[in-house]
Amino acid sequence: MIAENFVYSAPTSLSEAISLLHEYGDDAKILAGGHSLIPMMKLRFAAPTHLIDLKDIPGLSYVREEDGYLKIGAMTREVEMEDAAVVREKYHIFGDATKLIADPQVRNFGTIGGNLAHGDAANDHPAVMIALGAEVEIASQDGKRIVPIDDFFYGFYTTAVQHGEVLTEIRLPAANGRYGTAYHKAERKAGDYATAGVAVMVQLDEQGQCLRAGIGLTNVNPLPMRASRSEAVLVGSQLTAEVIEQAAQMASEDCNPSADLRGDEDYKRHLVKVITKRMLHQAISRAKK
Amino acid sequence: MEITLTVNGTEHTVQVEPRTLLVHVIRETLSMTGTHIGCDTSSCGACTILVNGRSAKSCTLLAVQANGAEIITVEGLATTEGLHPIQEGFHLNHALHCGFCTPGVMLRAVELLEKNPNPTEEEIRWGISGNLCRCTGYNNIVKAIQWASAKMQNKELPSTEPEFV
Ligand SMILES: Cc1cc2nc3c(=O)[nH]c(=O)nc-3n(C[C@H](O)[C@H](O)[C@H](O)COP(=O)(O)OP(=O)(O)OC[C@H]3O[C@@H](n4cnc5c(N)ncnc54)[C@H](O)[C@@H]3O)c2cc1C
Ligand code: FES
Ligand code: FES
Repeated sequence: MIAENFVYSAPTSLSEAISLLHEYGDDAKILAGGHSLIPMMKLRFAAPTHLIDLKDIPGLSYVREEDGYLKIGAMTREVEMEDAAVVREKYHIFGDATKLIADPQVRNFGTIGGNLAHGDAANDHPAVMIALGAEVEIASQDGKRIVPIDDFFYGFYTTAVQHGEVLTEIRLPAANGRYGTAYHKAERKAGDYATAGVAVMVQLDEQGQCLRAGIGLTNVNPLPMRASRSEAVLVGSQLTAEVIEQAAQMASEDCNPSADLRGDEDYKRHLVKVITKRMLHQAISRAKK
Repeated sequence: MEITLTVNGTEHTVQVEPRTLLVHVIRETLSMTGTHIGCDTSSCGACTILVNGRSAKSCTLLAVQANGAEIITVEGLATTEGLHPIQEGFHLNHALHCGFCTPGVMLRAVELLEKNPNPTEEEIRWGISGNLCRCTGYNNIVKAIQWASAKMQNKELPSTEPEFV
């Protein structure tokens, strides 16, 4: 399958990329890893007139802790996230998630920025970033702005990234104190999109009381979803088995899965409940280590 | 557009449309047909090659994205000294039947062993999860990769006797 033709450019600076986006107008698109966009172009679901490849722009690929945040450059590839020492040591959720995203070849190219900017509730990083309370940095001709992850996803394939803008960084509050995270998704086969996925972050105080909690859900709602009611019952509690059960139950009630080849609605709600429970236990045990 | 690719050590300058996929340049323009197209939808891994050392599905890369890159295809694995250890491993362990998936699996395995010279069976199985084989089954492929791992580290070679189960 061959895409419709387009004009390709590979600018070497962010400002050049932004001015090209302006020059080319609405049908220009950014190309990151291309592992969502190129398949869509081959199927002619997308037919941009111009592709602006970010690969030659220096300084968009990094993972580092700085100023109380974990900062992730938009062009950081999944494999670089998987291999980053700081991630392996403190942010186990990315190890959990990346292992389940597609396969090694796709992870060699797919970027974290592209995974979010694609605006697909079936992708795994949106729920992860919701759980972690991330913010997204977006650059335009007018400078940079910061969008909280809860305001980032607008609809199917649409996000806060407007025409003429480039997503440049994702940042999340750095791991602090007794902090634990976990992600799992049910999938039909290795590398499939989620039947249902759950991302969890908890922070505990010395007595084991929950100070902060984040829960994000993959592919069980039209938009990537925060399980807010579940978070609310966790925060301030001692995270007993009953509280965890209640939070998991609420997540399964609050999501809106649709029936498809991956399963019917009841099955997906059941998965959300089971996985939320397991991931809470996993995140809590990691926080206590 | 004019792009330059170094394929198996030889530099090629070719004219491509921006929409041309890398796999088509390799197979059609450069006439190296060892890289296969199975699904054309980034699912099967038959088109796997190495781009700057990273295994890649060449049906999901534009040739222009690889401008300036070093590419290795299956044609680049053997040298005048003989087969690459991964090729030897596949040969000795009956790790191919029709052979359609083989070039892609071998190139994927080359990167896997580069990053992780001594992988566990589980790491091998996760490592080749982007490559589908429809006829050999994966057991002998895993054995072949284990064999190559031992060979590349000058360790004692595992038995290549077939297992009947
Ligand atoms: C076989 C296969 C299986 C997959 N399975 C999974 C899976 O299980 N889970 C999962 O999460 N993903 C999966 N993916 C998707 C994969 O992770 C993609 O790589 C990822 O979603 C998009 O990242 P990309 O860098 O390839 O973006 P691209 O495809 O290059 O871009 C995607 C979209 O985002 C826009 N964009 C990209 N970067 C920016 C930026 N910096 N600023 C503004 N806009 C930008 C592009 O214009 C485009 O619209 C799979 C892909 C394949 C091919
Ligand atoms: S042909 Fe490229 S993955 Fe199947
Ligand atoms: S050997 Fe036939 S598909 Fe793998």
